[in-house]
Amino acid sequence: MRVVEKRQLLSADEISRTLKRLAHEILEMSAGSGDLALLGVRRRGVPLAERLAKLMKESAGLDVPVGTLDITLYRDDLSTVGAQPVLHSSNIDFSVDGRDLVVVDDVLYTGRTIRAAMNALFDLGRPRRVRLCVLIDRGHRELPVEATFIGRTVQTSDTEIVEVRLREVDGEERVMLVDRVSD
Amino acid sequence: MLRSLPHLLGIEGLTRDEILFILDQAKPFQEFQRNPLKKLATLRGKSVALAFFESSTRTRISFATAAARLGADSMNLQAEASSLKKGESLSDTIRTLEAMRPDGFVIRHSSSGAAAFIAERVDVPVLNAGDGMHEHPTQALLDALTIRDRKGKLDGWNITILGDIIHSRVARSNIHLLSKFGARITLCGPPMWVPREFEAIAPNVRRTACIEEALRDADIVMVLRVQTERLHEPALAPEEYILRYQLTRERLCMARPDALVLHPGPMIRGLEIDPAVADGPQSAVLEQVTNGLAVRMALLYHLVGRAPLDAPHPAKDRSNASD
Repeated sequence: MRVVEKRQLLSADEISRTLKRLAHEILEMSAGSGDLALLGVRRRGVPLAERLAKLMKESAGLDVPVGTLDITLYRDDLSTVGAQPVLHSSNIDFSVDGRDLVVVDDVLYTGRTIRAAMNALFDLGRPRRVRLCVLIDRGHRELPVEATFIGRTVQTSDTEIVEVRLREVDGEERVMLVDRVSD
Repeated sequence: MLRSLPHLLGIEGLTRDEILFILDQAKPFQEFQRNPLKKLATLRGKSVALAFFESSTRTRISFATAAARLGADSMNLQAEASSLKKGESLSDTIRTLEAMRPDGFVIRHSSSGAAAFIAERVDVPVLNAGDGMHEHPTQALLDALTIRDRKGKLDGWNITILGDIIHSRVARSNIHLLSKFGARITLCGPPMWVPREFEAIAPNVRRTACIEEALRDADIVMVLRVQTERLHEPALAPEEYILRYQLTRERLCMARPDALVLHPGPMIRGLEIDPAVADGPQSAVLEQVTNGLAVRMALLYHLVGRAPLDAPHPAKDRSNASD
């Protein structure tokens, strides 16, 4: 079994333009919402949320708070693997009660990560509204989860993986479609 | 990282990296204690057997709360109510508990080595909550976490441990742990409670019977409970203990100005520790309790949470699921 790069889905430039567009969309569809906040899902949802907040500040002068959410404790696939995944901290220094939240992640796939993120979120309080923003929607949902703000929708097969590489985490900036092939 | 650690029996066998890993994994659980809703489903369906053959309130409640907050159930065995009184052997008691198929054991026992004894006989993880005079690893871990949080780092401190050292598993575990982090350790108490052999347990351990000398340059002072039942073997009247070894405010001033005061609890106010010190700004006793909960949650998550080491891996690799 090895991994083969099939094609590039987004270049660095395209990522940047997509995020700009998403930032505008979120602001437009949250007009007047004084309690807007972004929550990045660890790992790559975090730099994406931070960039969106920065774009919102630049274009509309708005200070939108950003929190980070580690959903490891809420996963539904723990103890099906040999060792427990390493935990990281969530970091939300504002109250979620009554907030208009946008959860941010890099790829929406089966929907299980977002289900876990909702559970984590609701243990912290009661937001007024929760919407989802993702860079890539790759289909294959296994739960009734949908994103309101989508960077790009991509058709994928089961063996393929969408690899989002961000400079803050991976040192490079692009989105690749890779495939697993048996040798 | 803890893949190769099936049990937590003591600190002596842990590496620096393993200890740091446990402390790092306790951090999310420290934050968790501030959540409005302190209930996870992470260990839902798992049960932890709390086999406390020696009475304990604080450690037992701490482990029971840790399990409950992770969503696990606990089976509660307490010495007073146990069948041991009726003459059942330890082996049989454990076998009985094991027949109810817990996913892990937390053991406290009055015999040194009891936790290892049980670990050899069961197929699930065993966490040592204190075995005789041997080790109390979760206490040392929560002490280390408290030190790191309050003092900013764990390495290279001058540590003074005061009190009944020879009978203290807390002292032993702490000596093992802190010496792995380059601590200079001073043991101080009535000479019959601080034997020479302790200087050989780890590098950089010295003894003194003089509390003033012990406290000079101390960054951290760990006060041990006086087990009052032992004050009579041989006779050391409580008044004499207080006179010579109580950690008073005046004595604490002999340590470094920002010295941290730790006590594993329960405290006997007015005996080994001056109430003003126990409640003072340098004391971290309450944080120790909160940190104990976090450390125990981290350990239960990693040791009890994982699948048996020979479990099959899932067929589908969910690389996009979450990382």
